[in-house]
Amino acid sequence: MRDVAIIGVGQIEVGEHWDTSLRHLSLGAVQAAIADAGVAQADALYVGNMLSGELAGQEHLGALVADFAGLRGIEAVKIEAACGSGAAALRMGYVAVAGGLADVVIVAGVEKMTDLLGHDTTAALALAADGEYEAFLGLSFVAVNALLMRRYMHEYGYSRQDFAPFAINAHKNAVNNPYAMFGFPVTAERFASAKMICDPISLLDSSPICDGAAAVVLAPADMARSLSAAPVRIAASAIGTDSLAVHDRRDPMVLDGAIISTRRAYEQAGVGPEDIYLFELHDAFSVMAALSLEGAGFAEKGQGLRLALDGEIGIDGRIPVNTMGGLKARGHPVGATGMYQIVEVVQQLRGLAGQNQVKDARLGMAQNIGGSGATVVTHILERME
Amino acid sequence: MTDNNDCAMLKPDRDVGIVGYGAYVPRYRLPAIEVERIWTDGKGGTPIKEKSVPGLDEDVATMSIEAARNAMARAGGVNPALIRAVWVGSESHPYAVKPTSTIVAETIGATPHTQAADWEFACKAGTEALQAAIGFVGSGMARYAMAIGMDTAQARPGDALEYTAGAGGAAYLVGPADEALSVFEGSFSYVTDTPDFWRRAHQHYPSHGGRFTGEPAYFKHSLGAARGLMEALGTKPADYTYAVFHQPNAKFPQSAAKQLGFSREQIGPGLLANDIGNTYAGSSIIGLSAVLDVAAPGDRVLLVSYGSGAGSDAFSLRVTKAILERQKRAPQTQDYVARRKEVDYGTYVRFVRKLRV
Repeated sequence: MRDVAIIGVGQIEVGEHWDTSLRHLSLGAVQAAIADAGVAQADALYVGNMLSGELAGQEHLGALVADFAGLRGIEAVKIEAACGSGAAALRMGYVAVAGGLADVVIVAGVEKMTDLLGHDTTAALALAADGEYEAFLGLSFVAVNALLMRRYMHEYGYSRQDFAPFAINAHKNAVNNPYAMFGFPVTAERFASAKMICDPISLLDSSPICDGAAAVVLAPADMARSLSAAPVRIAASAIGTDSLAVHDRRDPMVLDGAIISTRRAYEQAGVGPEDIYLFELHDAFSVMAALSLEGAGFAEKGQGLRLALDGEIGIDGRIPVNTMGGLKARGHPVGATGMYQIVEVVQQLRGLAGQNQVKDARLGMAQNIGGSGATVVTHILERME
Repeated sequence: MTDNNDCAMLKPDRDVGIVGYGAYVPRYRLPAIEVERIWTDGKGGTPIKEKSVPGLDEDVATMSIEAARNAMARAGGVNPALIRAVWVGSESHPYAVKPTSTIVAETIGATPHTQAADWEFACKAGTEALQAAIGFVGSGMARYAMAIGMDTAQARPGDALEYTAGAGGAAYLVGPADEALSVFEGSFSYVTDTPDFWRRAHQHYPSHGGRFTGEPAYFKHSLGAARGLMEALGTKPADYTYAVFHQPNAKFPQSAAKQLGFSREQIGPGLLANDIGNTYAGSSIIGLSAVLDVAAPGDRVLLVSYGSGAGSDAFSLRVTKAILERQKRAPQTQDYVARRKEVDYGTYVRFVRKLRV
């Protein structure tokens, strides 16, 4: 196994890109990453995407994006793991480079969600849940998360309003991220009066439907120094899985996939949660933020929300979370999200996060979740001194 | 697409203007809180105060006749035999095949030597007819031509559009500039194939693209037409006394005006959506009739329509001295707005025949 480094990152603004197609979104991110890395060619391209077939009428993204980016001929495939597709693609790129099968690999995440009407998108997103046992019964994806949030409130005695700090933190951090969809702050009052989507999940508990693409360029760490002025080492790359259906889990209030994935990542990197400077977690809905903090070992069961309530998730807190806005405020173009998280951790480790810079950040963790916790992809990145 | 807005501006060989105009709005009003009460338990907010509802015996033909007669009254003494076109733009023509326009032409005495046709371009069918009328008169083919935008707008029960889909519109008699109460300085169109709102054949209610109807549809086209026209004419917002935009709700036209640099005072008199809703093909041009009711000689007016599908027509008008004597010759737009009888949701369902058994 070789050490693998990220030598270039690229992203486009998350938003409603009415005039931009799936391939153009991809191109923007891939070109930016290639330019940042300063490379002219690559050995392989992995494209993370969840719903291009359902939402954009296009599959076969590996060859499509490779060709459109001027890389015709290279090895290229699409990787799908629901909302965890982006980071799953990075995992595949990591495997290729670490195993010595490729040197320079481009990994992109892309999603184009705004071409269809809301009910079509809702139906497509439900494909992340268990088709026969959840979606078949009429559960939308937001409904699955509403059940989790209601249970969390019931088990641990929290109110709906107690979840406000996650949205407030995300929006506050997005203000300084030019690539974020919602670069404006929100208040606890606004959270309290937000439109109800699926009780107890309101608009401000929910990440938006949007378009986006982000990409990185990978190379062996020993080559990285000569290729990049600020390479970042992938200290850990791990995927853990669980049942798709919530009712099949050992405990609906525990993300076993996150526990498995994070434990592997900590072991690979030889670190623990206390060593992590910042955590880009998967706040598709605010309850997932609480469960992720617990699954990743930053809080005991039922105490993830307490971290937020105690003000420990801010840039200067004990564990800064979603430092560039997270899924809630940067946006959640599902198959691209995992790659946005990686790009943002790289920004932090390079010291280029501007006003949101986590002081002296040396190790950062990103965790991308597919479905309600069935696929959990964890990466730990380390600044190369 | 041309990059040269001077070339894209529409201007006939001879100057033409509005010789007469008239509005019409049915008397019934459905408060938006009634729709909210029925469909969202009184929660969720409302985009306007109330919308106009046609009576049981009203349709686009009868309403167009009312507006056309008001336009003829304002024109005063125009020989109707010289009206060589009667064009009605609407999304709610009573017949799928058989013109509304012939009915209107007959009632104002324009038959038989006249063009008569119905226009369809969602909410800009009225200004499309107006563009054609300017060309018809401006080329010398006709001394007068009448363009009407009128609708009894349809909306699916419970849809966001049901709060606003209203009834009303206005008629314009276009003629030579020396007889006009307002002269066209130029017009400009911005049209693309953008499917933000549609109704297929044999469907009763329209469909729409949700948030897609905003930025890439209404705003892109409205702002594109307005900016193109002002650039071609060398005018700026401060040069206009009034500006009127298509008004599908109260928010969109105010946002468009703000983005272009128009003040609330400039758009206030032409902004009727809060009181009568979105009258679709009649929406922007009934705003214009409300402005002409209060305009003074020398005033400049910018009119910007928007029709889904999608396109915008922008017009620059200068009001003449003839306005003063003609304003009072027919009921004013605000007279119709103020003529108000509130109905509840059940009565509205009966009036617009939403119950189909």
